[in-house]
Amino acid sequence: MSTATQVNIDAFRTETREWLEANCPQSMRTPVKDFKDYFWGGRNPTFHSEDQKIWFERMRDKGWTVPRWKKEYGGAGLSKIEYKVLKEEMEKIGARTPLFSFGIHMLGPALLGFGSEEQKLQYLPEIAKGEMWWCQGYSEPGAGSDLAGLQTSAEDKGDHYLVNGQKVWTSYADYADKIFCLVRTDKNAPKHTGISFLLIDMKSEGVSTKPIKLISGSSPFCETFFDNVKVPKENLVGTENEGWNIAKYLLTHERSMIGNVAKMDKTLDEYAIDSIGIEDSVLADPVNRIKTAQWLIDEAAFNFTLERALDEAKAGSPPGAKSSFFKYYGTEMNKRRYEMMMSTGGFDNLIWGEEYAEGKTPRDFCRTKANSIEGGTSEVQLNIISKHILGLPKK
Amino acid sequence: MALVLNEEQQMLKNSAKEFFDGNAPVSALRRLRDEKNADGYDKRVWEEMVQMGWSGLVFPEEYGGLQFGYTGLGQILHESGKTLTASPLISTVALAGTMINEFGSSDQKEQYISAICEGKSLMAVAFEEKNIHKPLAADTIVKDNKLSGTKKFVLDGHIADILLVTAVSESGLGVYIVDARGEGVHVQKHIMMDSRNASTVTFDDAPVIDMIGLPGDGGAIMDKSLDIDRICLSAEMLGGMEEAFTRTMAYLKERKQFGVSIGSFQSLQHRAAHMYCEIELCKSLVIKSLQAIDENADDLAHFASMTKAKVGQIAELVSNEAIQMYGGIGMTDDEEIGFFLKRARVSQQTFGDYNYHLDRYAVLNNY
Repeated sequence: MSTATQVNIDAFRTETREWLEANCPQSMRTPVKDFKDYFWGGRNPTFHSEDQKIWFERMRDKGWTVPRWKKEYGGAGLSKIEYKVLKEEMEKIGARTPLFSFGIHMLGPALLGFGSEEQKLQYLPEIAKGEMWWCQGYSEPGAGSDLAGLQTSAEDKGDHYLVNGQKVWTSYADYADKIFCLVRTDKNAPKHTGISFLLIDMKSEGVSTKPIKLISGSSPFCETFFDNVKVPKENLVGTENEGWNIAKYLLTHERSMIGNVAKMDKTLDEYAIDSIGIEDSVLADPVNRIKTAQWLIDEAAFNFTLERALDEAKAGSPPGAKSSFFKYYGTEMNKRRYEMMMSTGGFDNLIWGEEYAEGKTPRDFCRTKANSIEGGTSEVQLNIISKHILGLPKK
Repeated sequence: MALVLNEEQQMLKNSAKEFFDGNAPVSALRRLRDEKNADGYDKRVWEEMVQMGWSGLVFPEEYGGLQFGYTGLGQILHESGKTLTASPLISTVALAGTMINEFGSSDQKEQYISAICEGKSLMAVAFEEKNIHKPLAADTIVKDNKLSGTKKFVLDGHIADILLVTAVSESGLGVYIVDARGEGVHVQKHIMMDSRNASTVTFDDAPVIDMIGLPGDGGAIMDKSLDIDRICLSAEMLGGMEEAFTRTMAYLKERKQFGVSIGSFQSLQHRAAHMYCEIELCKSLVIKSLQAIDENADDLAHFASMTKAKVGQIAELVSNEAIQMYGGIGMTDDEEIGFFLKRARVSQQTFGDYNYHLDRYAVLNNY
C-alpha cells in the first residue's frame, strides 16, 4: 500500500470513529436479544425505539446501510478497505447493524450481478433506504437439499407469468412486502436448466402465507402459497431458464454469511466459569474444562482461517468452493458451542419459560440445529468439497 | 500481519521442496533405517543444508546467521515434514540454538551459535525425566559444578557434542552446558518408531562447562524455548499430514473396487472433506504462530499450546484415516504411508501431546 493511500485510510478511520461516536445512540451499542429486535425496514416499518429510528436514519443518509454500493443505488461507494475500516470501528463500539435485510445480503448481490440497469435503479435504492422488506423463496416441500428439483411453475402468458406452487422456509414472509423466488419456467428441460429468478409482490392476488412454529418456539419462517398469481414479465431477473446460475451464486454468498461464527456476550470459558465455578484454580468440571479449551482453540483456528482466506484473496488466489468449507465448519462449531453451553449451563439453562428471553439459551440451542441444514446441509457442503476441492470422482 | 508468505519466504519454501524431494525423499529415510545407520540422519544432506545457511536461518548475522526469521524456518520444516527428512533442525537449531540465542550471553552466542551456523556443532537439550512430557520436573541435581541424574527422550542425544541439561540446585531449576563426550556422561541410543534416534543420558558427577542464564531461570528459559520449538515442530507435522492426505486422495482416485474408484464412495468422501477442513485450520494456526515468534508476541505460550494441541489431534486423525483408506496395502512396510503414521506418533509425544496442551491452554487462561 502506498503511503498516500495509508494516510487517506487513517484519515477515514478518524473521521468514521468521530462520526460514530457522535451519532450512534448508546442503546444501539448493545447486542440485540433476538433477530426480531433489529430494524427490518419495509413499506410499514416498525421501529422498536426512538434511538433505533435515529440510528437508522443517520446511517441511511450516509449511505452506510449498504456502504459498498454505488451512491446512485443508495450506498456510499466505499472501497473494500474503507468498508473494512467502517466495520472495525462499528464493532469497536458494539454498534448494531442499522438495517437487517435479506434485500441487502441476498437480493442485492443478485441484482448487482445479474439485474438490468433499470432493475438496479428501481430496487436497490429502496432496499438501501429500508423501504422494502424482501424474503426468499427457494425451498419447497419436495425440494430441500435437491433444490433444483423445485416445482413451483411460472407459465408464460404473453405479458405476464402465471405462478402456481408452494415455497417453504420463506423467512418472515408474513411480514415481507416482496419475495424473490426460484420458479420453473421450462418443465421439459433438464432440472437445472428450466429455472428462472422472479420477483413477486406479496400483495398480489393469490399469494398467501402461514407461519411455521419451530422447536425453538419462535416462527421466523413461513410456508408461502401461490395460486394463479400474475407476475409482470419485467420482474424476471437475468435470462429466462438461467436462474440456477443466480441461485448458485446466492447460495455461495449465503454460505459465507452463515459460516461466520457469531460473537457472543460471554466467551465459552467465561460462561462455564460463571456457571460451574473455579476450584483449586481450575474449572470445577474437569471434562468440560478440556472440552471448553478445545472449542476455544478451534474457534481461534477457524477465525485465523477466515482471516487467511481474505489475505489470500487479496494476494490473488480465489476463494472458490472454500465457502462450503466455512459454511460446514462454522455451523458445526456453532452447534458445538451451544451443546457446550447446555452442558456447562446446568439446570438454570433448562428453563424454557413463556417468553423467548426467559429461555434464551435452550431456545437458541434448538435454533442452532438448523445451522447445518439451512443454506445447504453439512452433507451437501462435504459433497461440494469432495468434488470441487479434492476432485474425488462421481460414481 | 497478513497470513500469507512473503515473496522471499515463498522462494525459500520452493527451494526447500526441491531440495528435500531431490535429496531426501521418504525412500532415503527407509534406507537409513534398513542400513541401521549409526547417525540416524544423512550427514551429507545436513552439510548441504548448512551450506545453504539453513542451520543459521534464524540466528543473528553477527554470529554467522541469516536472521531470516522463524516463519522461514517453518517453511523448511514444513517441506521436510512431507519427505520425513531426519535432520538436526528440531534439536540443534530450533531448540538448543534458540535457547542460547534467546537467553545466552554474547560470549556463549559467539561460541555456540557460530558453531551451529557453520555446522561444526550439534547440540541436544536433555530435560525429560518422567515417562510423559513434564519439562520442568527435574530430579537431576547440580552440586559443586557437577551434574547427576538421568534424562530420557533426548532427541539426537547420540550425535550431539554439547548437551544443554536442566538440573536443580538450591536456587531452583537451571540450564547447564555439558560436554556430551566428557567424563561422567553416558549416552544410550534408542532407535525410535519413526526410525529417528533419541537417547537416555545418564550423568554421574558430569562436569558443568557453563550455564545459560542464572540458577533458577530454568523454568522461563525452558518455557519460551520449548514454545518456539513446539511451533517449529508443528510446522513439520503439518507438512507430514498434508503429504499423507495428498497421497491418500491420490490413492482414493486410483484404487478400484466393485468396478469403481473407492473415492466415489460418499462415506470416504465425507471423511476426506472433513480432514481437508481440519488441515486448513492447522495451516492457519501454524502460520499465525510462526509469525507470532517473529513478532516476539507476549502470548507466545497461547499460540504454542493452541497449535501443538490442534496439529497433534489432526496429525493423529489424518494418519489413522490414511491407513484405513489405503486398506491392507497401508499395513505393508513396502508402502510408504506407514512411515507417516509412525512419525506422527513420535512428534505427538515430543514437547507435549494434545492432552498436555489442552490442559496448559486452560491453565494459561485461568480456568
